[in-house]
Amino acid sequence: MEFVNLQGIRLDGRRPKELRQLCAEIGVVSKADGSAAFEMGNTRVIAAVFGPRAVQNRSQKIANRALVRCEYSMAKFSTGDRVRRPKGDRRSMEISLVIRQTMEACIMTQLMPNSQIDICLQVLQADGGTRSACINAATLALADAGIPMCDIVVSCSAGYLNTTPLLDLNYIEDSGGGPDVTVGILAKMNKVTLLQMDNKLPFDTFEKVMQLAIDGCEAISKYIREVLLENTKQLEYRRGL
Amino acid sequence: MARTISDLFSKKTDIPFYISYIHKITPNQTLKQNNQSTLNPRRHRERDHREMRDLKDLQKSLNQTQRVRLQSALQQLQEIYSRASSSPAAAVSVSDCIHVNLEDGVLKGHGTTNRNDDVVATVCGIVERVNKLVYVRDLRARYKPEVGDIIVGRVIEVVSKRWRLEINYSHDAVLMLSSMNLPDGMQRRQTSTDELNMRSIFEENDVICAEVRGFNHHDGTLQLQARSQKYGKLERGQMLTVPSYLVKRRKQHFHNLEQYGVDMILGCNGFIWVGEHVEHGVDVPVETVKSSIENMSIEEQKPNNFTPLETRQGLCRIANAIRVLSTLGFALSVEAILKTVEWSISSNVEIKDMLLSEFCVQAAEIEVQRRILLTKRKN
Repeated sequence: MEFVNLQGIRLDGRRPKELRQLCAEIGVVSKADGSAAFEMGNTRVIAAVFGPRAVQNRSQKIANRALVRCEYSMAKFSTGDRVRRPKGDRRSMEISLVIRQTMEACIMTQLMPNSQIDICLQVLQADGGTRSACINAATLALADAGIPMCDIVVSCSAGYLNTTPLLDLNYIEDSGGGPDVTVGILAKMNKVTLLQMDNKLPFDTFEKVMQLAIDGCEAISKYIREVLLENTKQLEYRRGL
Repeated sequence: MARTISDLFSKKTDIPFYISYIHKITPNQTLKQNNQSTLNPRRHRERDHREMRDLKDLQKSLNQTQRVRLQSALQQLQEIYSRASSSPAAAVSVSDCIHVNLEDGVLKGHGTTNRNDDVVATVCGIVERVNKLVYVRDLRARYKPEVGDIIVGRVIEVVSKRWRLEINYSHDAVLMLSSMNLPDGMQRRQTSTDELNMRSIFEENDVICAEVRGFNHHDGTLQLQARSQKYGKLERGQMLTVPSYLVKRRKQHFHNLEQYGVDMILGCNGFIWVGEHVEHGVDVPVETVKSSIENMSIEEQKPNNFTPLETRQGLCRIANAIRVLSTLGFALSVEAILKTVEWSISSNVEIKDMLLSEFCVQAAEIEVQRRILLTKRKN
């Protein structure tokens, strides 16, 4: 299948090194301590953060840091064909774990001993890159909840199809069977907290693809920071002196 | 109804609390009674947090003109803010650098950390500088208690010698039996009988006002105290939940709004109590209370369960004004609340219509005018 045509245009009309349109909104779930909706093209997710709050299950309590829990779920209507997935299926369990570990790397858990933080992620529309979108949404929601973080985690995926590195794969490209790298980085500290790859890649190509994904992450981080700063300013001046 | 009778019963006679407890879980009670008594306090906690509405919901319900009006009002607020504050709002987001002169020996406060000799924010908020201290004041976070804060909370558990309260903090707060004045007003050691009678003072789901006494450094729980007549159980009113950054710490958190016959408590934790006005007498020694009760006839002993209609209307009006202001994200001061209430009365807005979008937009415009006046007066 031809993923990049002769003019260098992808199936959805993007250039190989082009992100999909980003859209972030803070404060979408009124009951949560912090919440955000994040869109990357047609992928749309909602994140809600509850806590820091008292640990619900006493046996899980950690004396010197906070317990971080994460729940990822896909809405039944999120994909093209309506699949009935059980609540704890393998795929969502794995993604929950990955996101939890990624977020734990940036949350300063030692500041909130004996408490727990719940991150709930819901995919409303899946068009490839849900795990990246979820991480970005979770970052926004955590920042909204006022949870101290050492840096912003952003994530982006990149792939290698038709001998071209492609940024931010959509569903068709994702299921094209080519290699697919998902990278999560701490934006300012330049550290990698998440790196997943399906399929194999020669080393020199891998570096190209990874660099592309990191560039994508930086663009996303710039956008996220703008959104956060604007939101903070709005809250402050509405509150008044 | 069943609840009030059983309440009276356990209060007037000295039944130890374990008997009333057994009484509650016997299966052959009426369904209604059972529902009441087994109501889970954790549920209440969920419900308390459900009240928040935000600007997003409001904006969806606006029509074109209202949207433009709200937009311009918010724009004006931004101008007032940037004019009034001496430095432009030093808003930072997570991991932004804070510019400091490191040679001055800067003290890093909350919401900051070190990275490669730079001071970096760890939360989104406003940079505040006090002498050498630099910290980031966060918005929209959970309540962060300080000693001496006046808070409103809800009892979720009665345990041995203490009540556990939900106060929108990351842990539950603890009110010890020994750190509150007993209703008889006597200063004495708390005995085991007092411990058994704890449910006659506060029960689960009661709303309480107290003061932050300090932290337990061992496990980080919060200790409260209620050593005055003005603290204690709050009855005949409603509790509202707002984001805690909207309530500023002031000298006065108890407000008696005389013209409406309403007491208002702006709890620092974002729980706000609006209730019927209660007179706090001087502490009456227990003997006189007892003798006066004996002298009273049966009718007089009945607690006055009736709140006049006007008071209730005033109460709801004030509560709705608070809801509107918190939806708009305005700081809740008594002046702002009263101004909104007065406007709603003078423009003949029904109480139930106060939550509609039209009044919200009007409230925003009123607040803008109030703030303009305030800044003019300062200059």
